[in-house]
Amino acid sequence: MDFTPFWLSFKLASVTTLILFIIALPLAWWLSQTTSKSKPFFEALTALPIVLPPSVLGFYLLVVLSPNSALGMFVENLFGVKLVFSFTGLVIASCFYSLPFMVQPLQSGFEALNTHMIEASYLAGKSKLQTVLKVALPNIKPSLITALIITFAHTVGEFGVVLMVGGSIPGETKVASVAIYEMVEVMEYENAHSYSAIMVAMSFFVLLAVYVFNHKQKTKIGLV
Amino acid sequence: MIRIDITKNLHGSQGDMQLLVNTVVKQKEFIVLMGESGSGKTTLLRILAGLAEARGTIEVDETIWLSNDKILPPQQREIGFVFQDYALFDNMSVEENLLFVNEDITLAKELLGMTELTALAQRNVKALSGGQKQRVSLCRAMMQKPKLLLMDEPLSSLDPTMRRKLQEEIKQLHERFGTTTIMVSHDVREVYALADRVWKMEQGKVVQNGTIDEVLSSQHNGHKVEVLKLQNQKATVCIAGEFLEVEVSESVKVGEYIGVVLNPQTHH
Repeated sequence: MDFTPFWLSFKLASVTTLILFIIALPLAWWLSQTTSKSKPFFEALTALPIVLPPSVLGFYLLVVLSPNSALGMFVENLFGVKLVFSFTGLVIASCFYSLPFMVQPLQSGFEALNTHMIEASYLAGKSKLQTVLKVALPNIKPSLITALIITFAHTVGEFGVVLMVGGSIPGETKVASVAIYEMVEVMEYENAHSYSAIMVAMSFFVLLAVYVFNHKQKTKIGLV
Repeated sequence: MIRIDITKNLHGSQGDMQLLVNTVVKQKEFIVLMGESGSGKTTLLRILAGLAEARGTIEVDETIWLSNDKILPPQQREIGFVFQDYALFDNMSVEENLLFVNEDITLAKELLGMTELTALAQRNVKALSGGQKQRVSLCRAMMQKPKLLLMDEPLSSLDPTMRRKLQEEIKQLHERFGTTTIMVSHDVREVYALADRVWKMEQGKVVQNGTIDEVLSSQHNGHKVEVLKLQNQKATVCIAGEFLEVEVSESVKVGEYIGVVLNPQTHH
């Protein structure tokens, strides 16, 4: 059995989770703290990938990232990197697709924090960045773990957007979900079963890990 | 010396009102801030800490904390703040909570010693009792070596025995470090034990600013209180939630209403 599609899926999910954590952390913090009237607008924008059909998201990403677009042309001319039908394109598409799965748990965690704890950190002379890293994040561990693992798992399970933006280039963009789709198309049901069973088992254990961890955390702080 | 001249429009439980405070706090003074809930006490503390906005000026030892064109952020004010709900960093031990503010381990050890927390230094703060948590909060505020210590009803959620103990520790810390302090309290005993001066707030304004006797006497003298118990010509009465014993004449009976003149001895 060829494990390259699984390796690609994991590589894509790892890179996406890391990049999204860096992007989503300031965004989630801002959304949790702001009293701006524009907050609902940004919340709706962030949540959009949950409700949009992957084909819609994939189509617009294709339009924006294609070599004919201004952005695609600029990046290709400057860095020699193609933004569609490449691993880089997959990462960009995945970051859009999985954004709400990173932002929303972090935002909920920050909003549930005792405001006085955050103020105590400011009064101790600490900057916003120091407060987020040393006080806020360590006190929302269940939300943090949920955000990281669900983003990872969701990216592994991605299909529609990946297919549209990345196509199916073996070793480059042919991730596990796309490989299964192709096996079914050519009626290789045995291989499709094996791949699918691995995906089911993996997804279940990832979710189980999140629930077990969060249950332990709640027991630790006496909520259960 | 702290000069405060601020104003802020508030939308409180009693409707719209204007917070208007113009006063001076002397170096090392211990002010107790009294007043009904919704009178603007917490907002005043938050403005002083830089956690709430206001118009006007706040000047501390020649440093401008607030003026028309400048707002010094809380990080630069060197304020110690003790919250009613402790607001400790739950991910840290007792000692880490203190060292997060300032890495002066000698000061941390001294403060933990003064508040009998030395044995609990390595314990996570989530495992502490309410009284212990508030002592950690107090020590953490003092780690800042603050120019101004603000305490928002720090003892109100504690049982009476713990209140008295912490009250004594606050007094010792004030004597040791001489930190200029403003504390919100409703407890008459606390006021007598700690305050150099009392501010009484009503509807966003400091309506009385004087010694304990001046403020408390004018607050209660002239009002009648019920005699709850009589023993050896001493009547037990309740003033501002505190049970006090006062000397009375032979003719007074239980259930009768009498006028009380307050003086420091009444409370000791």
